[in-house]
Amino acid sequence: MGRKQESEVSSTDIDMTPMIDMTFQLITFFMFVMNFSEAEQDDRIQLPSSQLAKPVEGAMESPITLQLTNKGSIVYAGEEVAVADIGAYLEREKTVMLESGKEPNAATVIVRADGRSKTGEVQKIIQTCQEKGFERFALRAQYDEGQ
Amino acid sequence: MARRESKLADKIAIDMTPMIDVVFQLMSFFMCTLKVVTPEGDFNVRMPMAAAAAAAPDDQQVPPVRVKLSAGADGSLASIAMNGSAVADFEELRRKVISLVGTDTGPNSLAEKTEVELDCDYSLKYANVVRAITAVSGKVQGGQIVELIKKIKFTPPKKGGS
Repeated sequence: MGRKQESEVSSTDIDMTPMIDMTFQLITFFMFVMNFSEAEQDDRIQLPSSQLAKPVEGAMESPITLQLTNKGSIVYAGEEVAVADIGAYLEREKTVMLESGKEPNAATVIVRADGRSKTGEVQKIIQTCQEKGFERFALRAQYDEGQ
Repeated sequence: MARRESKLADKIAIDMTPMIDVVFQLMSFFMCTLKVVTPEGDFNVRMPMAAAAAAAPDDQQVPPVRVKLSAGADGSLASIAMNGSAVADFEELRRKVISLVGTDTGPNSLAEKTEVELDCDYSLKYANVVRAITAVSGKVQGGQIVELIKKIKFTPPKKGGS
């Protein structure tokens, strides 16, 4: 007992400074690494990679993100939609655009398609967008630094 | 000196426990919300309605480069053809594009005016399309990106497929 008491007293002697320093450093690191940008990335989609897909700087004007999974469904605003039904959602986007005084062709449709998905489905999406008046497309790919 | 020693002795009385608790909570929060974002980039494609584009008279003197990508039974790439002649791989496609338009990509150059039209089979895997776009739209030379053809469009989608 005598020994234990002695160790309790001496435990207050532990220098906490390095530990707290380290912890604050870690917190700062994680705070900086955390991105607040609403990058719409989805685990269901494996983008094809390309050396030329350099990350873009600056935000795009009125972006609409359509993500095509390899099963042939579109992830739009968090929900899964069939390719055939995307027209109704695009019509809504178009209405929103027109109400805010912009033409649909000012918007950019970001197509994040899975590398394993069928090209025909990507083309169907593009065609549906064209029918609604959207004409700017951005085909998104993962930036591949290697080679 | 005596004062300083007594100050040191006072210091150990501060209870660090709540602060360390909060600090660890903060740390675990930031660690858990950490999401690794892979860098992504875009290929910009400007495609107005295909019908209108076809109806408009072609004021462009340069005919488009037609790249045909055929798919195998499982959606893999079976063959590439540029303007009707077969191309072995994407590297050769890039060489052919360079020999066609040259490396001058300044304003009003041939490369700027030329348009690539991609004709893909329905079931072709999309990754091949991105590889084809990569091959025609530029190359990496010593870490620098040299741009080739920027105008890319698709032929109207084909019917069918499963």
